[in-house]
Formats: sequence, structure tokens, C-alpha cells
Amino acid sequence: MIVEYILFIIFAVVAIVSAGCVVTLRNPVHCAVALIITLLQIAALFLLLRSPFLAVVQVFIYVGAVMVLFLFAVFLIDVKKAAMDMFKPKYRALAYIVALILLVESLFVIFSGGIQELTRITEAGAEVKVEVIGRTLFTSYIFPFEIVSVVLLAAMVGAIVMARDKKE
Amino acid sequence: MQELVFSIADVTAVVPEIIVGVSACLLLMVDLFVKEERKEIVGWLAILAIIFAGVGTVCLASVEARTVMAGMYVVDLYSALFKMTLYIGAIFTILLSLNYMKSEGVEYRGEYYALILFALTGMMCISSGADLLTIYLGIELMALPIYVLVGYIKKSPTSNEAAMKYVILGAFSSGILLYGVSLIYGYTGTTNLAGIAAGITASGTDSPVLTFGVLLLTVGLCFKVAGFPFHMWAPDAYEGAPTSITAFMAVGAKAAAFAGAVRIFMAALEPAFADWQAILIIVAVGSMFYGNITAITQTNIKRMLAYSSIGHAGYALLGLIAGTADGAASIIFYMFVYTFMNLGAFGVIILLRKCTGKGDMIDDYRGLAKNNRLVAVVMLIIMFSLAGIPPTAGFMGKFYIFMALIDQGMITLAVVSIVSTAIAAFFYIRIVLLMYMKEPEGEFDLVKSYSVYYVLAICIMAVIVLGVYPGAFMHLAKAAAIIM
Repeated sequence: MIVEYILFIIFAVVAIVSAGCVVTLRNPVHCAVALIITLLQIAALFLLLRSPFLAVVQVFIYVGAVMVLFLFAVFLIDVKKAAMDMFKPKYRALAYIVALILLVESLFVIFSGGIQELTRITEAGAEVKVEVIGRTLFTSYIFPFEIVSVVLLAAMVGAIVMARDKKE
Repeated sequence: MQELVFSIADVTAVVPEIIVGVSACLLLMVDLFVKEERKEIVGWLAILAIIFAGVGTVCLASVEARTVMAGMYVVDLYSALFKMTLYIGAIFTILLSLNYMKSEGVEYRGEYYALILFALTGMMCISSGADLLTIYLGIELMALPIYVLVGYIKKSPTSNEAAMKYVILGAFSSGILLYGVSLIYGYTGTTNLAGIAAGITASGTDSPVLTFGVLLLTVGLCFKVAGFPFHMWAPDAYEGAPTSITAFMAVGAKAAAFAGAVRIFMAALEPAFADWQAILIIVAVGSMFYGNITAITQTNIKRMLAYSSIGHAGYALLGLIAGTADGAASIIFYMFVYTFMNLGAFGVIILLRKCTGKGDMIDDYRGLAKNNRLVAVVMLIIMFSLAGIPPTAGFMGKFYIFMALIDQGMITLAVVSIVSTAIAAFFYIRIVLLMYMKEPEGEFDLVKSYSVYYVLAICIMAVIVLGVYPGAFMHLAKAAAIIM
């Protein structure tokens, strides 16, 4: 248990520090990399919470797909300039206020005792989780599952049609 | 623990969807081997696939209604009738496209037909969905290819703009819809339509969570059927899209959205009838008046038809407001008739358009009757039908809807709706007057395309036959509505 506790502290501190980097660093690529580090720490926290599936999904979807997309967007357009045009320093005060409100809100939720009411998942319940998800996907949800694959295919075909240049 | 296998019966029930979906994939491959000048072949193959699916649907409809795929999917007469409407819409859209897309100089015409089939698969899932999840995914599968199809004429800025607006508002409305779905799931603990009805009956209807969920779901669905005040995307999308795709959106997407809406409201949210009826009355009356009055001021015929389609969405919603099986049956009938009327109208627009860009403006119809009597007569019948003048099918469609309303004692609403049809008659008949009473400016050079002629001939026949003898189809529609 003590090892887990130490690991939690490490992951949490790295996550918070890198999240801080995301908002303070100047270079958008550095920000993106810092965000990847944050998301990886959160995946590690999911592992500590006995949710390997959620951890893997976190890595696949956020780190693998969303962040790669984000980096591509950064490479394609001059984000630095666009961001500076769009978010002028005069909005900074507003940003601080919103962030402060969110912080107070989450602190309130934590210390008001609302979190203690949540039930802990038992070890036994956590172990079979992935299997349950897999089984549900392939029994009750087999039809929507297949439809999603067609949706993705249609989206891919559409994206290629839209993006390709004139045939020469 | 459930077994991983599902039975053969589950698979046979979705054979039409499998045919259409797999054909879409196959067409993408066939397309590679078809020369650029002969892309029509891909279109004909797509039509063939839809006909096969139609045969499958007819075979399945003859057996009893049943729910398959762990309660996700239902095969019944209701879905079969809507699917038939959708097949007709898709086949006619392809027939209208064969020549049109070529003359517009569009690239990648092979993928175009595959995307239509993908969208059709989505529409079929909506009409057969017995679960909010299936219906939502069907809506997405329908919408994604249509976003691309709307922007298919890449060199045209209006086409691009239309696609952009449609994507943003479509995604936005999907978000609202999904939020409503999640609230209703939170309240009843299930996404299954029958389960939701049971859940609402068990827990009562006075929870704000339920009211809010129903509200969001209604707003999301009204976006999809383009009802006032959630119609903003329709005029721009209709105007900018290739005319054949405008037809597809007007008939296919609308019929599918109504298929989903009727099932959600009548099967799942039936216990919360009072909640959504009030919202729908506002939407329906707003749609009828806003759509029809704004249509009068339009100069572009595609925009005019967009506003007219907003008005028609209002009429169809009246069937839901009635809340009876007769009301649902009249919606099925209305959507069937509406498909023929609209495809006919867009077919004439395509006939008039030959490279010069003519045919999109209402003034282009000036004096059409002088040298092209047949086309003018076709347009005349379609306009009369859209206006709801007997003995056309458009009249019967409205008649059944108003009857369903009056049966429920909603006389005021019926009278208000009839007043709005009088307003609507003005702009439909204006086109007829332009065609017959004015002198033509310059020559008409109509497109010669047999596929468009076929579409027009069948549409006219259907409009007249359904107008004179609506009993047979209405009988089927009533049987379908009662089963549901």
C-alpha cells in the first residue's frame, strides 16, 4: 500500500506540474508534449485505480489519436501567431478568474466531504471489468458496434474525397 | 454471462442493411476499374443494390414484427414502409445524378454513389432502431456522408459554404440530441425504447430531469427535420448543395428523421405525451407559418423549396401532435407522397439546368409552357400537389393529417394549419402562373436525359394515383402504425 501511495504522489505531482507547463510554455509544440505527459500520468493513475482498460483507452485515444491530430494542426498552421491574435493578454485576467473559480469549486467538492460518499470498487469487481465490457460490446451492443465501424468508414471515405486534389 | 454468439435470425433480419452497406464498400472497389467517362455504371450498380435490398425488405416485412440484435433493432411493417420510401428516394436521387453530376464536371463520381449508399444505410438504421443508441448512430451515419455530398462540387463556393454550415449545425444538433438521450438514460436507466416507456411509467413524469431530457431530445430531432426555429441550416444547405443532393436531403433525410422521431415519441416517450406535445405544437405552427411566408419572398427555387420543406415538416409534425396511430399512419403516408412530389420538383430543376446555370432562379421558369408543354404540365401537377390541391396526392396527405387532428378534437390547430396551406398555395401557384402566363425570355435548352424522364414520369404517376386512390397505401400505413 505504501508503494502505491508513493507512486500516486509521483504521478499526481508530475501530472500537475506538466499541466502547469501546458498553460505557461510559449511554444505550442512544447505545450502539446507537456499535455501528452499529463495524459500519460492520468493513465497511470487509472492503473493505480485498478482500471487497466481505462488506462489503455486513455493512452490510445488521447495520447495516440487526439494529441497526434493536435500536433498535426500545430504543424499545418502557424498556431503561435494565431493564438497570439486570438487570445490577447487583455483576456488574461478573465482566464485567471475562471481558473480560480474552478479551483475553489473543486476544493469545495473535495473538502465538503462529497467525495467520501462514493463507494469503492471491490478488487473482485475491478478484475473482470475489461471482460465485461468486451462481452457487452459483442452481445447486447453488437449491432451499434458494427454501425460505428460503418460510420468510421464512411467518414474516412468522405474525408479522402474532400481532401484529395484534382486528378491529373 | 451472455453467450458471444448471435443467432441466424438476427443476421437475416438485417440483410437489407448488410446488402446496402457491403455494396457501398464494393462500389468503392469497382470504381477503381471504371473509366472516368463511364462512371454511370457505378450509379447503376448502386441502384441494383438498392433494388436487392428492397426485395429483402419486402420478404422480411411479410413475416411478423420482431425485435432482434438484443433489442437494438426491430423489423416490422412500419420500418418496411419507411425503408421503401427511402429506397425510392435513393434510387431516384441516383437517377437524377447520373447526368447532372457529369455535366457539373464533378470529380470522384464513383465515391459519390458509395456515399449515397452509406447514408441510406444510416437512414435504414434510424427507421428500424428500437434503441436510442441505434437511432443516434443511424442519424450520424446518415449525416456524415450527406455533409460530404453537400460540398461535393468543390469548385463552387456556395457548395462549400453550405457544407460548412451544415456540418457545424449538424454537429451542434447531434450534441443536443445526445445530451437529451443521456438525461433520459439517466432517468430511466435504459436506452431501449420500450424500456424507456416502462421506466417513465414507473417513475412518473414530473421530474425536471425527464422534462429537460425530453425538451433536448425534441429540439435535437426538430433540428434534423428542419422545423422552426431550428431550421436555419436548411435554406443555405439546400441552395448550395448539388441539386440531386438537395433532393436527397429533402426526401431521404427528412423521411428518416421522421421515422426516428415518430418511433421515439410514440414508443418511448408516450407516457410523457403532455411534455412534448406542447413543444411540438409551437414548432409545427411556427414551421408552417414561417416556412410558407418566407418562401413567398424567395427568388431562388431551391431556397423556396427549402422553406416549403420547413412548412411540410410542420404539417407532418401535426400527425405526431395528434398522438394516435392514425396520426402516425398519416405521417407515413405524407412522407411517401412528399418523396414523389419533391423528387419531381428537383427533377424539373435539373432538366432546366444545362451548363448555363439556368433553372435555379424562379424567373427562369417564365414562359416555360410555350415550347415545352410536357415539362410545364409536369411542374404544374407537382406544384399543385405540393400546394395540396385535389386530386393530387399532396391533398390526400394533408387531408389524412388534418383528419387525425380533428379526431382528437384539435379543431383550432387544424383550422390554423389550413390557413397556412392557403398561404403556401400562393408561391406554388406563382410558378405555374410564370410558366403559363408570361412570355419566355430567350430559348429553353433542356437537358436530354432518359433517367430524369423516368423519374419525372414515375413521380407524376405516383402523385396522381395516390391522389385518386390513396386507400391501399393508407391501409398498409394504418396497419404499420398499429403494430408499433
